[in-house]
Amino acid sequence: MSTWHEYLQGGKPVPTWPYPIRYGEERELETDVLVFGGGIAGSHAAISARKAGARVLVVEKEATKWSGNGGAGVDHWLSACTNPCSRVSPEEYTQRVLEDCGGYDCGPLRYVVARESWDALLDCEGMGLRIRDEAGEFTGAEFRDEETGLLFAYDYVNRCELRVWGHNMKPVLHAEMRRLGVEVLDRVMITSLLTEGEGESRRVTGATGLGTRTGEFYIIRAKATILATGLPGRMWNFSTEYRSTFRDPNCTGEGVSAAWRAGAEFSRLEESYPDSGTMAYISYAVGNAHNTWHGCPIVDANGKEVPWVDRDGRELGSLEERFTPAEGQRFMLGDGLRVPPSYENQTKKLAPDLPERILSGEFVLPLYADLSRMPERERRAIFGLMVGNEGRTRVPVYETLTKAGFDPDQDMLQVPIMDPSSYGHSNFWSGVGAPQWRMWGGGGVVVDWDLRTNLPGLYAAGGAIFGAGAHSSAAASGRYAGRRAAEGARGVSLPGADRAQTDREKARVYAPLKPEGRPMGWKDFNAGIGRLMQSYCGQYKSAGGLREGLRMLGELRESEAASLSAANPHELMRAVECLGMLDVGEAVMTASLERRASSDYLNFQRIDFPRMDPPEWRNLRPIKLGPSGPESRDLPFDYFLRPPYAPSLKENYAAHSGLERGEVRR
Amino acid sequence: MSETYMLPNPPGPNRAVDFDPAICNGCNSCAGICRSDVLMPNPEKGKTPIVLYPDECWYCGTCVLECRRPGAITLVHPLNQSVSVVWKRKATGEYFRLGMKRPPTPNARPPSS
Ligand SMILES: Cc1cc2nc3c(=O)[nH]c(=O)nc-3n(C[C@H](O)[C@H](O)[C@H](O)COP(=O)(O)OP(=O)(O)OC[C@H]3O[C@@H](n4cnc5c(N)ncnc54)[C@H](O)[C@@H]3O)c2cc1C
Repeated sequence: MSTWHEYLQGGKPVPTWPYPIRYGEERELETDVLVFGGGIAGSHAAISARKAGARVLVVEKEATKWSGNGGAGVDHWLSACTNPCSRVSPEEYTQRVLEDCGGYDCGPLRYVVARESWDALLDCEGMGLRIRDEAGEFTGAEFRDEETGLLFAYDYVNRCELRVWGHNMKPVLHAEMRRLGVEVLDRVMITSLLTEGEGESRRVTGATGLGTRTGEFYIIRAKATILATGLPGRMWNFSTEYRSTFRDPNCTGEGVSAAWRAGAEFSRLEESYPDSGTMAYISYAVGNAHNTWHGCPIVDANGKEVPWVDRDGRELGSLEERFTPAEGQRFMLGDGLRVPPSYENQTKKLAPDLPERILSGEFVLPLYADLSRMPERERRAIFGLMVGNEGRTRVPVYETLTKAGFDPDQDMLQVPIMDPSSYGHSNFWSGVGAPQWRMWGGGGVVVDWDLRTNLPGLYAAGGAIFGAGAHSSAAASGRYAGRRAAEGARGVSLPGADRAQTDREKARVYAPLKPEGRPMGWKDFNAGIGRLMQSYCGQYKSAGGLREGLRMLGELRESEAASLSAANPHELMRAVECLGMLDVGEAVMTASLERRASSDYLNFQRIDFPRMDPPEWRNLRPIKLGPSGPESRDLPFDYFLRPPYAPSLKENYAAHSGLERGEVRR
Repeated sequence: MSETYMLPNPPGPNRAVDFDPAICNGCNSCAGICRSDVLMPNPEKGKTPIVLYPDECWYCGTCVLECRRPGAITLVHPLNQSVSVVWKRKATGEYFRLGMKRPPTPNARPPSS
């Protein structure tokens, strides 16, 4: 008797909505620092802004205790360059990642993270998160530092990427927010940013929100706002039927939509990746050797092991070599940061010519992940520690599989049988998609050395900033942005809220309660946007297709969007997400139209401009919505080292981090 | 015989999580934290929550982690997922699958934590 159908089948009447309905009722709130999205970046931002003395309000559309992409756990803590065992300096690390990204990355974000990732992890330890093997479960392992008890991943020599017990990361952060007196408003979806002034002087003065269970309207006035909404999803691929999506399906891009409408500047929106959407397999629950399972032996149906190779394609002789740099290689960067693997920093990998070797009959399907071939401590690290703590794996994989009898000491986990071409990368659970199925890349707002956007009053952290990123980058940049926003809020008086803006926004968000014409549910609409994105903004793009796509998005706004309907506050939230997706789609297609070149780094293919990354297009090409339509400009890759900034990473950090003035208390 | 009602098709996947009414005391802490509001409080106090939106489940398992009564909630992967979770016991050559009728003895080892 668990499902709605079973409940009704028991002869009960259709239950009424369990929460009070308050459509249109207004709640006015004010704060110094408003945190838009209480995920990883938002939680760290809130904690650090609060420690810096600000009044802080976190607004989260889910429930902060377990919310966001990092809300279901974390096993890898990346970019910890300043941990006591690291052999990579923050400067070297930043330089390498920027180069690996071909330059299309955010320098201030990258360097702030390299400097503070380890500090952010120590913050978490102080809050009660386990980051060391104090019990000695892994004593003697190659990846354990005997003095500190820290455990390392990928590169056991250079040691700047850690393994952590992060399954309860969000509850730990949540408790700390409560302890410090951060105000947390759950189940409220921010729908727009409030602004005052026009042109260069326009500043962000707060936000509006919608109660996702009750439907009331929030007007929030803030001296500073931090955009921390992570990466948008559900844009290209949407179906609730074949359910497995790696990313949190509730993160749909109201952050992008709100910041876009307010006039914030974005970069890298044109980037997208292949994705198999809801057709993927359960992440880390089928045979694979990727990320959480990095290094796991893969064998074929006859028990023959697939070789691992180094960056030159040389087969490795031993298991230990999977975790040490190749001859002459400075250090290796692990998976997960969304940095393309360059020759300099790539990890050891499963033979990339496996597809051909399967077709030639050398390896026979199905393949298996055979942890029993690893020494006990490596095996326990992968299945007990990593799968036990990674996002969406403790219950969905570890508990589920062990209860069903899976034992990594004696069992081999099967790799799904797929099109042979999909065995070219050991991330086998990602499955096979169609080429037009895409996933959000590194698009986000452009920031300066204060992690502030072009709009005064609006800061950003985590996935909301353009460029590569992961959990620790969200944490470290949140920590930094919180300090900067707290300082930015100091001395600013509380702005007023513009009635015309809030009235316009109310009309927009409640429209689905009075649909025009033939009412349409949110799922139908979401899938329609997906089809548009696939058709006009799929793998291959062209000016004609993108223009047509933009025209179609405009049409949808007038026609079907006006028919979007909602029967309760939950459906209203979903419908408003869909309205936001129209803005997100428009921003992505406009950015794609603006970049008149293809780019290997950005996974961006223009049929009409096939040259890959030509010199004149090696540029961030930021884009924003101006008063009379989209505007773009040239912005050099190294904008953060040119005037008005200082010429080095260190100098800029010293000038902007706010640490020298002793504002941060642990 | 219960009544036959006119109902829409159950969404696919149609369960997502399963409650054991003998263990669950209807405290609704799972419904309190579910990111997608898949779970709604039961109109009858003390009864198991209703799985209203199984099609919106992310299968993150945080409802199970939040629950203070072990065994009250079980995460149930959709068949199109569990059918691909297959393993082979090296010593005996037996095949097992998530969801099979007669599964092997559970592996009682807890995760590292
Ligand atoms: C399954 C999984 C496992 C991962 N494991 C690792 C790992 O081991 N190591 C690693 O480095 N990285 C990992 N990552 C990546 C990492 O989780 C993300 O990079 C990180 O969560 C990004 O932080 P963020 O704060 O930018 O976004 P999120 O953590 O996603 O937070 C964004 C928050 O904003 C909220 N929000 C969105 N829109 C609104 C709105 N309109 N109003 C109010 N709130 C809103 C969301 O609900 C969410 O809580 C993993 C990701 C996934 C999905």
